[in-house]
Amino acid sequence: MEPILEIRNLGKNFGAVEILKDINVSAEPGGFLVLVGPSGCGKSTLLNCIAGLEPISGGTIHIGGRDVTHVSPKDRNIAMVFQSYALYPTMSVAGNITFGMKVRGVDKAVRARKLQEVARQLQIEQLLDRRPSQLSGGQRQRVAMGRALVRDPQLFLFDEPLSNLDAKLRVEMRLEIKKLHSDLGATMVYVTHDQIEAMTLATRIVVLKDGVVQQVGSPAEIYNRPTNLFVADFMGSPAMNLIPARASRHGNGTRIEIERAGGPPIVLIDGRIDGLPGDVVVGLRPEDIAEAGFRAGDGVQEAECLIDMVEPAGADTFVVSLIGGKQVTARLHAETEARPGSTLALAFDLGKVSYFAPDTGERLN
Amino acid sequence: MTDPARGLPAAPRAGQAALRWLLFAILGLFALFYLMPLFVMIATSLKSLEEIRAGSLVALPARVTFEAWGTAWSSACTGIQCEGLRPYFWNSVSLSVPAVAISTLLGAVNGYVIAQWRFRGANLIFSLMLFGCFIPFQVVLLPMARTLGFMGLTGSISGLVFVHVIYGIGFTTLFFRNYYVTIPVELVKAAKVDGAGFFRIFWSVFMPLSLPILMVTVIWQFTQIWNDFLFGVSFSQAGTQPVTVALNNIVNSTTGVKEYNVDMAAAIIAALPTLFVYAVAGKYFIRGLTAGSVKG
Ligand SMILES: Nc1ncnc2c1ncn2[C@@H]1O[C@H](COP(=O)(O)OP(=O)(O)OP(=O)(O)O)[C@@H](O)[C@H]1O
Ligand SMILES: [Mg+2]
Repeated sequence: MEPILEIRNLGKNFGAVEILKDINVSAEPGGFLVLVGPSGCGKSTLLNCIAGLEPISGGTIHIGGRDVTHVSPKDRNIAMVFQSYALYPTMSVAGNITFGMKVRGVDKAVRARKLQEVARQLQIEQLLDRRPSQLSGGQRQRVAMGRALVRDPQLFLFDEPLSNLDAKLRVEMRLEIKKLHSDLGATMVYVTHDQIEAMTLATRIVVLKDGVVQQVGSPAEIYNRPTNLFVADFMGSPAMNLIPARASRHGNGTRIEIERAGGPPIVLIDGRIDGLPGDVVVGLRPEDIAEAGFRAGDGVQEAECLIDMVEPAGADTFVVSLIGGKQVTARLHAETEARPGSTLALAFDLGKVSYFAPDTGERLN
Repeated sequence: MTDPARGLPAAPRAGQAALRWLLFAILGLFALFYLMPLFVMIATSLKSLEEIRAGSLVALPARVTFEAWGTAWSSACTGIQCEGLRPYFWNSVSLSVPAVAISTLLGAVNGYVIAQWRFRGANLIFSLMLFGCFIPFQVVLLPMARTLGFMGLTGSISGLVFVHVIYGIGFTTLFFRNYYVTIPVELVKAAKVDGAGFFRIFWSVFMPLSLPILMVTVIWQFTQIWNDFLFGVSFSQAGTQPVTVALNNIVNSTTGVKEYNVDMAAAIIAALPTLFVYAVAGKYFIRGLTAGSVKG
């Protein structure tokens, strides 16, 4: 299938500063593409470029197979939801939602019908006569969504639409957006700096840092096989443990040795990889370190560890131990007997381990 | 303020009350001082000439007469003509209304462009316009006279409108620009995605937001233009003079006795429109000057 959105070699400068560098991204029809990255990495700028609100300094943008690189926003067949919602303050909710159609000369009867449709869909029928200033944050967010939905565009663009909502509402709206996406079957590009939002919503994630694409892939790919230390650290909560270690040959596999202050080093044998350099960073998700006896299988190895901290979190309990000079977090079951200051046998599951080069940060396996 | 829970003794409170009364008294005195001239003007304008000569300046009129007002409006002499202020008053109206309207509208568009469509050099242009606000009237008199002559507008009301529009643009642009900078740029972006163009966004999104600053600008411009004397006296001729020039001529025409009551009535008439505008729209003035960012 031809992608709805295709960005090739896009570059963007503000004056002499290069904000976006050689971006290559595409979105399949019906896909949910999430742009994620830390604050200031250029997510909004990239979205604005897709919308045509910022001229680009190089490359091309195709929407629906058409080259729109030099086409104005109104002719790109897109709709956008802004971070601050950007509702027209002097217009009623109905006015806000229908303004675009009015400008485009859509028939009055059609406008009224579409307004009703969208209002029902978003459950804002009772708000249509209000001004934006008379709405709560969540209601404004819905109106902003409504303004995009009535347009029925080829591509929806969302710029952190949930970042101004409180935590509970954010989770609710996240689900609603997900449902909306599957109901509409529309193609969406969604910007967020919240990696949980990215994981739950996306069919495809683009991780950005300093205007450079770090990795593109499905949520599972990004989570399980991060391509470098930045992605490994950024995606997932609590973050992946990144532990400096020494690697050496061990038969057909590799022997990993992790130093510990005040104790013998932890030695792990990974039979499935060889040819690692001498210094590596071992990446293990907290859920890949369990209490000994609760995890079995290939590549599971145990070691006694001194527990520094215990953080019960309801369903799980996280324990922290100082390993390889890092605070390593393990995710244990809620009923664990672990106590701070005592030792506990932990099981390290190398089934999903990632190795990174400490100098370049690149993935090695 | 004092906190009753802390049970402060009564003495400081009494002291505060006394201070407050003193403050009111002083402010009242200032107000009186300010209103005095107006009082004298009104009182004098309602007296007959004999009474003015006989009585004291600050006394209330013994017998109220509107004769002086009638004279000032329709028969006082401004030089050789004796038609009162009336024709000049209408000159002022027909020059300030278009001048205020045009300069305000241009200022609004300018402010909109500079604040929301940041183009290369926008700041430079804005600085130059600001600079225009500080050029004294006297400096532009001669070049402006040449320009008006060149345009064939010498001595006409249109010429005066032109001068006031040009001179006013700096101020009106400043007002609107400062108001529009507080409006988030995403509003324009949203409207662009909705399909609206430059003027559509201006009319449908920005103008409806602008009532407070519109009021400020209209009041400011109207006051400036209506009260202007220098441009009026320099660029008009017999028949096109604004009311301020006519007032000057009435007061300065030295044929016969000095009719203080007529002078006072004429001065009040000339000042009435600006007073009226303040009375009607003054509350918007304060509101507009303090109005800031627009919340979603
Ligand atoms: N108009 C502009 N002129 C110059 N620099 C800009 C402009 N707009 C953005 N930038 C810079 O571009 C970089 C990326 O900005 P952008 O708004 O895209 O970040 P972001 O990833 O959306 O961040 P956030 O998560 O905080 O919204 C920032 O360093 C910012 O300072
Ligand atoms: Mg942003």
